[in-house]
Amino acid sequence: MSESFRVAIIGSGPAGLSAAAHAAKLGLRHVLIEKTDHLSDTIFRYQRGKHVMATPSQLVLRSDVAFDAGKREAVLGRWDEDARSAGVNLLLNTEVKAIAGAAGAFTLTLSGGKTIQAETVVLAIGTQGNPNTMRCEGGNSPWVQYSLDDPAEYVDEHIIVIGAGDAGIENAIGLAADPEQRNTVTILNRSADFARAKDANVKGLNAARDAGRLSILLESSPTKIEPGFMTVETRDGEARLPCNRVIARMGSSPPRKFIESCGVQFSSDDREAFPTLSPTFESTTPGLYVIGALAGYPLIKHCMNQGYDVIEFIAGNIALKPADEPILEKKLTGLPGRRSVAEWLDFLRERVEILNDLSPLQMREFLLDSDVRAYARGEVVFQRNDAGSSLFGIAAGSVLVEVSATDPSITVPIAQGSIFGEVGLISGRRRGATIRAAEDCILVEVSRLAALKLMASVPAAKRAINRITTERLLLQMFGSGLRKEDLGPLVASAEVMTVRKGDCIIKEGEEGSDIFAIRSGSMVIEKLIGGKPVFLSYLPAGSYVGEMALIDNSRRTATVRAAIKSDVIKLDGNAFRWLLSVQPELLAKAKRDMAARRDLNGFIESKKDSFGGVIDLYSSVATFLVEQGVGEATDVLLIDETLCVGCDNCEKACADSHDGLSRLDREAGRTYAHLHVPTSCRHCEHPHCMADCPPNAIHRGPDGEVFIDDSCIGCGNCERNCPYGVIRMDKVPPKKPSLLSWLTLGLGPGPGEPSKAWSYKHAKSAEAPKKAIKCDMCAGQSGGPACVRACPTGAAIRVSPEDFLSIALLDRSGG
Amino acid sequence: MASRAANRGALHEGFLRHNGFRWLKIASVLCITALAAYLLVDAEPRPNGGTAVGYALGTIGALLILWLTMLGLRKRVISRGRYSLKAWTSAHVYLGLSLITIVTLHTGFQLGWNVHTLAYALMMIVVLSGIWGVIAYGTLPRTLSANRGEATQGQMLEGLRLLDRQLHDAAQPLLPRQSEMVRESLENCSVGGGLYARLTGRHRRCGNARALTAVKAELRAGRPDPGQRLSLIVSLLERKEAALGQARRHIRTRALLEVWLYIHVPATFALIAALTAHIVSVFYYW
Repeated sequence: MSESFRVAIIGSGPAGLSAAAHAAKLGLRHVLIEKTDHLSDTIFRYQRGKHVMATPSQLVLRSDVAFDAGKREAVLGRWDEDARSAGVNLLLNTEVKAIAGAAGAFTLTLSGGKTIQAETVVLAIGTQGNPNTMRCEGGNSPWVQYSLDDPAEYVDEHIIVIGAGDAGIENAIGLAADPEQRNTVTILNRSADFARAKDANVKGLNAARDAGRLSILLESSPTKIEPGFMTVETRDGEARLPCNRVIARMGSSPPRKFIESCGVQFSSDDREAFPTLSPTFESTTPGLYVIGALAGYPLIKHCMNQGYDVIEFIAGNIALKPADEPILEKKLTGLPGRRSVAEWLDFLRERVEILNDLSPLQMREFLLDSDVRAYARGEVVFQRNDAGSSLFGIAAGSVLVEVSATDPSITVPIAQGSIFGEVGLISGRRRGATIRAAEDCILVEVSRLAALKLMASVPAAKRAINRITTERLLLQMFGSGLRKEDLGPLVASAEVMTVRKGDCIIKEGEEGSDIFAIRSGSMVIEKLIGGKPVFLSYLPAGSYVGEMALIDNSRRTATVRAAIKSDVIKLDGNAFRWLLSVQPELLAKAKRDMAARRDLNGFIESKKDSFGGVIDLYSSVATFLVEQGVGEATDVLLIDETLCVGCDNCEKACADSHDGLSRLDREAGRTYAHLHVPTSCRHCEHPHCMADCPPNAIHRGPDGEVFIDDSCIGCGNCERNCPYGVIRMDKVPPKKPSLLSWLTLGLGPGPGEPSKAWSYKHAKSAEAPKKAIKCDMCAGQSGGPACVRACPTGAAIRVSPEDFLSIALLDRSGG
Repeated sequence: MASRAANRGALHEGFLRHNGFRWLKIASVLCITALAAYLLVDAEPRPNGGTAVGYALGTIGALLILWLTMLGLRKRVISRGRYSLKAWTSAHVYLGLSLITIVTLHTGFQLGWNVHTLAYALMMIVVLSGIWGVIAYGTLPRTLSANRGEATQGQMLEGLRLLDRQLHDAAQPLLPRQSEMVRESLENCSVGGGLYARLTGRHRRCGNARALTAVKAELRAGRPDPGQRLSLIVSLLERKEAALGQARRHIRTRALLEVWLYIHVPATFALIAALTAHIVSVFYYW
C-alpha cells in the first residue's frame, strides 16, 4: 500500500515551499515533491551572488517562510532553514510522472515507479519546464550538466557546450574568457548558423573564435559520450574530441503538456495562456490546485502568498480574503456607490463588454494592473495628441469623442459597456482625439500590459477589441462626418493581416483596387525610377494607402512595403468605391490626400531629371534609416557627422542629468552618408523591452517616452529583448564632488559618467543591485533632452520618423 | 509641407548657421555701430581709449570677454531649463569675432610696448586661435566620420590587440632571428605617441613598418618558409599596417580638433590677467 497524504505539493519553488510550510504548521499530512536535489531550482540557477528583489513592495507577505530582498545565497539559505524548522516533509530527486484519479483519491506516479495517494494536489512547478536532455549514448554521464553556475570554477578542462542559443553561447564565452583557466572550449551547433541567438552574442562568439580562445563546430551533433571523449557527427564525417565536461543548453520543453495530461484546461490555445482557475486556485479538475508562475504570477511574493492561501482553502477556510485585498480596496475607495471589492469586481465584469468572460481570479489580477475612476460630467479623460497606450472601458455613464481638432462641439458618443483608447493601445501612437465625460461616469483604465494579457487569455475580448479598432480606425482616418453605420459593408469586408518586415502589400504596375489601412507598424512607399527603387515616403500607423489606383481606375503607381512587422487591415476595393459614391465629402477628402501624394511624386521625379545624385542619396539615406529600425521608432537621436566634433558632450550631459549614468553611446551604431544612428533608445511604437518585464516596470510616459520605473528588479529581460542594444544593466555610481570643486581643486572625476574604477573606489556599500537603465527622453526636465541641448555644434538632433523621412531629408541631401 | 520643411531645416542648422545667422547679424550691427560711433564722434585730441567712445567700447569689450569665457562653464554645467549650447557656441563665435573691431577701435590704433598692448595682443591670439578652431570644426568632422566608418575608437584599438595576438601566435614556430623582427611590430609600435606624431600621423621608426620591410626582405631573399608561416606574417603585418593607418588618422583628426584649444584656453586666462592689469593701471593713473 502506497503512502497517503492530505495534500501533495509538486514543485518546491517559493509557491510550493510556502504551501508546504503552511501545511506543516496546520498539521496537515503533506508531502513536498521536488525533482532536483535542492529547493527552488529556478532561483538556485540564478547566477552566483545575484540580487533577488522583493516586489511589489506594497504587497504584504503572508507566509510561514521568510523572504526579503538579498543575495541569492542568503535567500536560499533562509528557505532551507525555514523548511527544516517548519518540519516540511520533503521528497527530493523525485519527479511526478503522472497524476490520475479525482478529488479525495489522487494517485501520483513518481519517477522510479513508486506511487503515492493524495486527497488534493497543488501544482507549483513554475514555467521553466524540463531542460531538453542529451539523448545520445552516454547522455546520462555524471559529467553532462544542464546549467553552469560559475564559469570560473573549471580549470584545465576540455569542455564541450552543446546548443547555440543565447544560454549556450554565454556559457561558452564565459568558460573561455580567462585564458588563465586553460580550458579548451568547443561549442557545438546542429545547424549552420546561430539564428536563434542575439546578434551581440554571435559577434562575441565569433570574436572569441578569431582570438583563438574557443572553437565552433557547425552542423555537428554528438553521437556518443564516454570518459574523456565525445564522438561528434560532423559534415565531414565522425570526429572524436577530447572532452571532460559537457554543458548541454538545448532549451526546455514547457510544462503545459504534462499539466494538460492531468486534466487541467487552459483558458485558450494561445502559447501564453494560463490554466483556468477558480478564486481558490482550483483548476478544472476538482481537488487539483495550480499556484505560482504557472498560474500567471511570476513574482516571488505573489507565489508565497498563494502557497499560504491555497493551503487555507484546502483546510476549509474559504472565507480567507486574498492578500491583495487591501491593494484592491485602496484602488476602489473614493468611488461612488459603497460597494465591497467583490461587488465592484462583479459590477465591472458585468457592465464592460470585454470583461464579461473573465473568471473572478482573472478579474482580481486584471484589476491589480488597472484603475477605476469616476469622472464628472464634462471632465476630460485625455486630450488629442496625449501619449498613452491604455484602454478605457465604460462601466457606467457615457463619453463624447471630439472628432474635430478645431471644433470641440463636433462629437460622437460612446455608450456604457464599450471601450475607447484602443488605437493608442494597438498602434502605440498618440491619442487621436480628445475624450470627455458626457455624464457622470465610472471608467476602468486598463494598462497596455493588462490589455494584452486580457486579449491573450479571453478570445471574446480579443474579437471585440479587434472589431471596434477597425471601425474606429476607419472613422478616424476618413473623418468627414462618417458614422459607424455607414461603414457596415466596409467593416464586413475587412481582413486583418500581419505583414512581415520587407514584404509588399502593393506592387507597382499590378492590378488591384483594395485599400490598406495600417493598424500598427509602418510602411514605406517606393517607386522604380530609371530601374532603381526610389524612396517616396513613409506611412505611419493610422494612415491608409491604395486609393490612387481605385480612384483613377489605373494600375498601382508605386510599391508599398512594410518597414517593420505591421498589422494592416485590407478593405475590399468595391466596398470602398461604393462608400465613395454615397459619401461625396469622403471622395473630396480622398482626392485632396491623393493630390498631396501626387505632388510629392511629381516633385521627386522632377528632381530626378535635374540632379540624379540628390535623389539617389535621399532614397538611400531613407532606406538606411528604415533598416536601422527608424520605421518603428517614435523619437530617435541622430547625429550629423558633418558637424560632430566627437566631444562626447552629449554623453556627459546624459550622465550628469541621470544619476551619473549615460544612456547613450555616441560612437557606436551605424552610419550612412555622414548620418549616424547612435546606440540610443528610439522609443519604439511597440517597445520590445516591455514584452517581458516581470514587475511591469516599463511604461510609456506622457511625452511618448518609454521609461523604466523604480520597481525594476534587475532581471535583464529588457536588455536581452531590445534589438538595438540600448539598455544596459548598471548600478548608480556614488555622488561626485561638485563641478566647482573639480574646476578649482581637481576633485572628483569631472563631468560625465565616472570611470568604473572611481565608482568602485568611492562606493559607499558593496551591495547595490544592478538595474536596467535606458533613455527616458529627459522626461520631467524642462528644456527637453539633455543630449541635444548640450551639443555645441548642432550635430545631435531628435526626430520622429514621419517628420524626418520626408522632404526635409531631401533638402538635407541637396544642401 | 513647406512650413514643416522649414521647421526641420532649423533643427538641422549647424552652429554657424544657427537660427538664420542670428548672431552674425547681431555681431554685425554691433561692429557697424561701433565703427559709426568711432568715425562720427569727433574726439579731441585724437581717438583713444580715454574718450567717452573709448570707455564705452572698452567696457563692451571687457564684458564681452568675460561673457565669452563663460562658455567653458556653460558647456560643463548640465542644468535644467531651456538652453541650447549650439546657440551659445554660435554667439561665442560671432561676438568673439566682433571683438576684433570693437577692441581695435577702443585702442584708437595706439599700440606700444606696454601692458595695454599686451592685453590687446593676447586677445588677438585668442581670437585667431578661435578662428582656427572654427575652421577645424567646419572641415574636420567629415574626415573623422569618413575615416572611422562605423568603427569606434575602442573597436580600432581592440582590432589592433587582436592582430597582435595573432601575430604573437603565428611567430612562435619562426627562427629566433625572424621572430625578433615580428617582436619589433609588437613592442615598438604605438598608435598615439608624442605631440608631433599625433598631429601629423607620421611615425618614423614605426616598429610595424620595419617588421614588414624586414619580413618581406626575408621572403624575397628566398629563405625557407615551412608552412607558409612568413607569408601569413606578412599578411598579418599588412593588415596591422592598414588598421594602424586608420587608428592614427583617427587620433590625428581628434588631435587637430582639440589642439587649438591648448592655445585658445591658456591664452584666455593670460588675457584675463592682462586685462585686469590694464584696467587697474588705467584707473590707478587716472
